[in-house]
Amino acid sequence: MHPFTYTRVSSTRDALAAGRRGGRYIAGGTTLVDLMREGVEHPATIVDISGLPLDEVRATERGGLRIGALVSMAQAAAHPKVRALFPVISQALELSASAQLRNMATIGGNIMQRTRCTYFRDVTAACNKRDPGSGCAARDGFNRTHAILGASTACVATHPSDVSVAFAALQAQVHLLGPDGERRLSFADFLLRPGTTPQREQALHPGELITAVEIPALPRPLASGYLKVRDRQSYEFALTSAAVALHVRGGIIREAKVAAGGVGTVPWKLPAVEDHLIGERPSDALWKAAAKKAADGARPLAHNRFKVELLQRTVERQLRTVGGHA
Amino acid sequence: MPTEPVPQGPTPATAAPEGPTAPTRRTFIATGTAVGTTVVAGGVLGTGLLPGSEAAAAASAPSSRLSLTVNGTRHTVTVDNRTSLLDLLREHLGLTGSKKGCDAGACGACTVLVDGRRQNACLTLAVRMEGAEVTTIEGLADGDQLHALQQAFIDQDAFQCGYCTPGQILSGVACIQEGHTRSPEEIAEWMSGNICRCGCYPKIVSAVQQAAGKK
Repeated sequence: MHPFTYTRVSSTRDALAAGRRGGRYIAGGTTLVDLMREGVEHPATIVDISGLPLDEVRATERGGLRIGALVSMAQAAAHPKVRALFPVISQALELSASAQLRNMATIGGNIMQRTRCTYFRDVTAACNKRDPGSGCAARDGFNRTHAILGASTACVATHPSDVSVAFAALQAQVHLLGPDGERRLSFADFLLRPGTTPQREQALHPGELITAVEIPALPRPLASGYLKVRDRQSYEFALTSAAVALHVRGGIIREAKVAAGGVGTVPWKLPAVEDHLIGERPSDALWKAAAKKAADGARPLAHNRFKVELLQRTVERQLRTVGGHA
Repeated sequence: MPTEPVPQGPTPATAAPEGPTAPTRRTFIATGTAVGTTVVAGGVLGTGLLPGSEAAAAASAPSSRLSLTVNGTRHTVTVDNRTSLLDLLREHLGLTGSKKGCDAGACGACTVLVDGRRQNACLTLAVRMEGAEVTTIEGLADGDQLHALQQAFIDQDAFQCGYCTPGQILSGVACIQEGHTRSPEEIAEWMSGNICRCGCYPKIVSAVQQAAGKK
């Protein structure tokens, strides 16, 4: 690990000042410290933001939810409002990592976490995300866990976050604070596909701070849930996953929010599946037909062709779990 | 079973007695040992094993002074900012019960309680622990009276090599406090952050059940 200076801030103003000088923010530290030890990350200055007052969960006036960036994964998952309003968020969080890591890691850090691509983490391997221009060892390497959607010539790494899949499905907004004030980004605009610049993963300006993630109000009742498919039953990243939220009224699906994880370079929103569902009556046949579209545009690699059908089945299963048998 | 690791990488920390006569870091390194009011610790560890450039970097690496409480004892230490809580406990405070398995947050062998919550000491920078209350396996028993979960691990024969056991027990203590013991399946899920190379999982679940009063 490279030496670094450490500074602790107690106000967002001090944080932004330190960030402007090139300091790297640390919250839970579960990704950053790991990658520093691996030699992937080597910040010269670490700015500890864990003392900032960004640790509140509260309902918004219109019936949405605002989760502070420093709320831990464990706190967010257990929060009564999160559990009541958006089970899909609680479930995605509790199916992530371990109880220990969820006590440390934060919501802001979770959506900033970096890929688990083994070549990214292996400093002797070619990786355009870690070392732009060096190539991609995964594209023709052992790519069983890699992306089938959203990849580029430069990078085929998946985004590892589960709760980001729920946030993408629900069209969350990321609240940011920078030297020029506050702004909001839709989740779809916050996380960047690799393109030719896979080293750039979020649409953050230098020194900008995530202050909260806001889930918009959705019509009620809203049934929702998260399904994660993986090689181990627990404490493992997703091969495929599905976040589903459905609003059914008068026997008709009025709103459908669906996204997939473990398959894309970013959490993969599934508008074709959603469009297929809206205006229809719930049925097993409908779930199956809609889920067929989950893998539209998929481009599997040598070792992950299985993910195409697994993704369709994952989405179908979770549509049935949330929407019911009929 | 992994061998006991030698200190890897530059993780020097020095313990300084509180008060105006505290030695500087440099004089402290020169003398090698110091006895403070609450702390006995060695000098800089590991740097002798490093290549020249890293050793030079370690000698000038930024460090910080902090106070924390471990198993009820207050310690004031100066640590290289890179030092993990795990290395602070093991290499500088002599509390080798917490184990280093993966050093990457993937195995749970280093699990300790920080302010009552379980976390991975290997991914915790010691420098961030100012004011923290840390509980390790050494702090669970009350004199000769084992903690109920320590006794349950013995009763249920819940280990073979024992390397993961301290982390399992600290994680289990938290699992019980959190109330995630309503079924064997729930315990297994909430204990999944602790890997057992020997595969003692069913007996570990039984031990947690026993200590939770469910067996």
